[in-house]
Amino acid sequence: MIKSNLLTSIAQLFSGIGHRMIGRIWRLGAGARLFFLTIIYSGESFRRFHLTLREVYFTGVMSLLIIVVSAFFVGMVLALQGYNTLQKYGSSEAIGVLVALSLVRELGPVVTALLFAGRAGTAITAEIGLMKTTEQLSAMEMMAVNPIARVVAPRFWAGVIAMPILAALFSMVGVLGGYLVAVPLIGVDDGAFWSQMQANVDFREDIVNGVIKSLVFGVACTMIALFEGFDAPPTAEGVSHATTRTVVISSLTVLALDFVLTSFMLDV
Amino acid sequence: MDLWVGIFVALGAAALLGLAMKVGNLTSSKIGDTYTVSAAFENIGGLKPNAPVKSAGVVVGRVADISFDTKKYEAIVKIKIDERYAFPTDTFANIYTAGLLGEQYIGLEAGGEDDTLKNGDKITQTQDAVVLEKMISQFLYNKASETNTDNKASDTKADAPATDAKSTGGKSTELGDAPF
Repeated sequence: MIKSNLLTSIAQLFSGIGHRMIGRIWRLGAGARLFFLTIIYSGESFRRFHLTLREVYFTGVMSLLIIVVSAFFVGMVLALQGYNTLQKYGSSEAIGVLVALSLVRELGPVVTALLFAGRAGTAITAEIGLMKTTEQLSAMEMMAVNPIARVVAPRFWAGVIAMPILAALFSMVGVLGGYLVAVPLIGVDDGAFWSQMQANVDFREDIVNGVIKSLVFGVACTMIALFEGFDAPPTAEGVSHATTRTVVISSLTVLALDFVLTSFMLDV
Repeated sequence: MDLWVGIFVALGAAALLGLAMKVGNLTSSKIGDTYTVSAAFENIGGLKPNAPVKSAGVVVGRVADISFDTKKYEAIVKIKIDERYAFPTDTFANIYTAGLLGEQYIGLEAGGEDDTLKNGDKITQTQDAVVLEKMISQFLYNKASETNTDNKASDTKADAPATDAKSTGGKSTELGDAPF
């Protein structure tokens, strides 16, 4: 009797794991399907560009403040920390290189994507989740309006457009923040700061690669937010869970993708 | 709303332009029309393509290409020099290091000839890169053989040249054990 109880509980354990795994893989497949459908139906979002423009406003322009302010502080902290270590080796002029390279290559795209997931990704998930809960999406289908073309695709392209712009702004404002700490505050030589930076930051290798990274992050973050909203159970709890998952999955995906992209770009 | 999106996109473009111009090397690496000359070195050290070519400290060109000559076992370095600058045919090309451990660049020292280098010409007078390990080992080697001959000279003055030759051979093993 006891033996059979033990057996059933072990069986339940395994079936639970299997159920979860299948659930994950099912969601991955559904996400990929939504991605392809979005690409296929995205003609609408360019023909009626004001739809996309409106979303660029909500995801991009509204994220400006958080991006600019955090970039400023990230740049200043980088300069302070970098100076602290570099002056031990008597090369505090290299602080410009340190700030610029770490911002353009890594921190710009990655931190922007993390902030974007928190600021814009959650908004997208909650909005679409609520649209689904209140049956607005079903209503659209009843009126022969494709919700993917009308709701999902414009948001997707808005995210893809907004992310590189935000990342470029992040890097630039971060460099300015670093400059403000390094030159007027610490007293590093102005000319050495910029000239060392220009000598060591390559346009193709560093800046363009940073833009490519932010484009990939833009696709990933926006797509995850859209899918979580589209897939959310039509309840208040379901939408709240989906919003949480958006932030968690986006952040992890961005960090993992960053490693993969960097290992490709640095050709070690 | 459209206005804000416009401002947003303009800001992004400005940031990218600022990154390219002010932070990156898009402006500084651009030189106008160039002519190419080549130079052969026995050892180029850590010289890399796109390294600066300087004369009197001014950047006059860039290293275009580095290849290996399998006949003479030399490195062939192709240099692009800005057309505004002409150099005599007996110009001297050195490989220098910026700072103690910095990047390496080519320094050109003008000679006295009236003819100037043209596209496709070859700089014949070159000096190799200073390899730090080589220099240190040479220095230690000289130092060691110096002290050794001093010792030997005071010990046995009779057959000095023979012991000298032997001592340098024996010294190198001693150097290997020396704690430096």
